[in-house]
Amino acid sequence: MTVSLRVLDDGAWVSVNDAREVSVSELWRLDDPSFCGCDLPDFVVENVLSVGVDGRTVTANVYGQCIGCGETGVPGWVPVGRLSDGKFVDIDRENTVLPVYDGDDR
Amino acid sequence: MPTDVERWKSEVYGTEIREHLFRFAEEGWDAIPEDERDAWFERFKWWGLYHQRNGQESYFMLRIGTPNGRLEPGQLRVVGEVAKEYATGPGTNPIFGDAYADFTTRQSIQLHWIKLEDVPAIFEKLEAHGLSAQQACGDSWRNIVGNPMAGDDATEVIDAWPVIQELNETFKGNDDHSNLPRKWKVSVTGTPDGSGQGDINDLALEPAYKEIDGEEQVGFNVRVGGGLARNEPRLARDIDVWVAPEDAAAVAGGLSALFRDHGDRENRYNARIKFLVDEWGTEKLRETLQEDYVDFELETAGDDLRDQYTYNAGGEGRNDLLGVHEQKDGSNFVGLNVLVGRMGADDVIQLADLAEQYGSGAARLTQRQNVIVPDIPDGELDDFLAEDLLEHYSPEPSPFMRGSVACTGTEFCSLSIVETKNRQVRFARWLKENVDLPEGVEEFHIHLSGCTASCAQPQIADVSLRGMKTRKDGEPVEALDIGLGGGLGEEPQFARWVTQRVPVDEVPGAIENLLANFDDQRDGTETFREFVLRHDDDELADLVEPEETSYEDPMMHNTKRTWYPYAEDDELDASPAPSLADGTPITSDD
Ligand code: HEM
Ligand code: SF4
Ligand SMILES: [Zn+2]
Repeated sequence: MTVSLRVLDDGAWVSVNDAREVSVSELWRLDDPSFCGCDLPDFVVENVLSVGVDGRTVTANVYGQCIGCGETGVPGWVPVGRLSDGKFVDIDRENTVLPVYDGDDR
Repeated sequence: MPTDVERWKSEVYGTEIREHLFRFAEEGWDAIPEDERDAWFERFKWWGLYHQRNGQESYFMLRIGTPNGRLEPGQLRVVGEVAKEYATGPGTNPIFGDAYADFTTRQSIQLHWIKLEDVPAIFEKLEAHGLSAQQACGDSWRNIVGNPMAGDDATEVIDAWPVIQELNETFKGNDDHSNLPRKWKVSVTGTPDGSGQGDINDLALEPAYKEIDGEEQVGFNVRVGGGLARNEPRLARDIDVWVAPEDAAAVAGGLSALFRDHGDRENRYNARIKFLVDEWGTEKLRETLQEDYVDFELETAGDDLRDQYTYNAGGEGRNDLLGVHEQKDGSNFVGLNVLVGRMGADDVIQLADLAEQYGSGAARLTQRQNVIVPDIPDGELDDFLAEDLLEHYSPEPSPFMRGSVACTGTEFCSLSIVETKNRQVRFARWLKENVDLPEGVEEFHIHLSGCTASCAQPQIADVSLRGMKTRKDGEPVEALDIGLGGGLGEEPQFARWVTQRVPVDEVPGAIENLLANFDDQRDGTETFREFVLRHDDDELADLVEPEETSYEDPMMHNTKRTWYPYAEDDELDASPAPSLADGTPITSDD
């Protein structure tokens, strides 16, 4: 079964199978000290740039800001959910430390 | 590779969409196939319908485009009646109640909680009165803005309205100009006050004199590449072209065609013409326009009137269009303050009554989210000004009410990070109660935008507020970045973002302290903008002292994580949406 993954409304959200699943304004803890120097950047999502899939993991490339230090930018790819039987399974993005993958790994 | 959006557009577009829209309206929300929702919602935008944010599925925002903010006699009433009958949903706003209309910074009207099932009736009513929701939407010509009193304002040097009409008729829905790399915002102004706010548009036509064959003529100077969005604000740049009104469409069309052919289609974030102007410079832009896009010799720029610009400039003279002003025909137009641009439907209808009773029934919308009643004879003025409704929508409001502009924010908007309109109302009320402006400062503009899209034009206010988040006592809370000293005028400037991520409950205190510091350290009668100009960012940051005060913010939590911030049970899971035509929830069967 094919899964449709899209970024819509100028980067406001990620649509998976025509349902809005990930939205800007979420606050993520990223396991990526290289982003700004903070141990676990406390990252506000301001814009979704693109969405991808890696095996069963849905990943997103987003622009935002670390509210700990103010650094802005685009970390690597961040897992935002999983696919199971073609359906999107949410992860608790705001209460989990999220790994960040290099662009090159995609 | 074409994007999904491009593909959807090529499959079904334009008037065809309307037939489908009406079919869905008849069959109900459920009739939209689940795997085609993204496509249909994208297409519905063409007809002015924008699906509201998550948690509000099946409800739409409806945008009614009113070129130059111009409402002909009778149209304001129709807007009020449509809002009253159809713009009510499951969520009630604690300040504005149910059923309201929003007047926007681009002189349009937005209604919320519109249900698909009601669309045919709404369109029929709008169209019967010459109004339309059809959008030059997507990547094309947007609602053209300007001084809404074009043609009538006694101060104008050229009537911009026929030009705006011609541009609107020529380029809206024009296939050659409807697939631009990005949106295209145009401002045309004929008054010397700068009230068209050309500087923040992709294309600005501003009044200018030019000697042609020994005779002085009035036309427009052309500026290109302004815009506020996405942390990349630009002022429109002078391309050294003067154009006569009869050639305005040729030059404006030439420029949008140039943008169509040369704008960046690879990267949407780099697509607006402001970036092309950055890259090319104004000389190359002018040359290319001359060589490839117009078939007559362009004139060089004429004498502009920018040294007379006062609109939103923070100094003397008209900073907005509120109050009583003279028209060419000897009658008057009266600008009324609509706090954050939102007006209850009953009030809209009442105002329409007054407009008919005292004026011609016409109304106008301004870029500061206010409304104007034109055509009031001298003899009727006092009675009009004494009407009860004007206590609430005042021609002479207190400065903090007057200076407030706010966008939609988390109440309905997908891109938002914080609550905006209600918060700005609470800020303005608190400031009015608790803070005095320094001696002689009559106006003070505070603009609040819920994200960097900058719909509330924060960068051109004395105090700019932009949605962010921070942690307070470890808990995530809504926060605002604070910028200072923005404004238009002869020398427009963008606000400088001096203090970041201030918890929302400390913002009124920050403004109070800032104003006290301004009062203390002010040089004579200098304006706030001048004061900001002579300080560096660190000094300014020290003058903004965020602080808790008696102001309490009931919306500190993540209002975007709610289905509606003001609902008693606001959890996303508690959302009654999607709903049937009568508002009963549609239960999901999967
Ligand atoms: C249903 C959701 C939305 C609502 C209710 C909404 C509301 C508004 C309003 C009211 C304005 C005019 C500014 C004002 O006076 O308040 C505006 C303008 C704007 N909106 Fe939205 N908006 C929504 C979604 C979006 C989305 C998804 C985008 C991103 C594509 C967006 C981008 C903009 C931009 C860039 C402007 C600038 C002015 C203009 O283009 O006319 N909005 N929006
Ligand atoms: S500035 Fe952001 S939050 Fe406000 S209406 Fe525009 S897109 Fe929405
Ligand atoms: Zn950091």
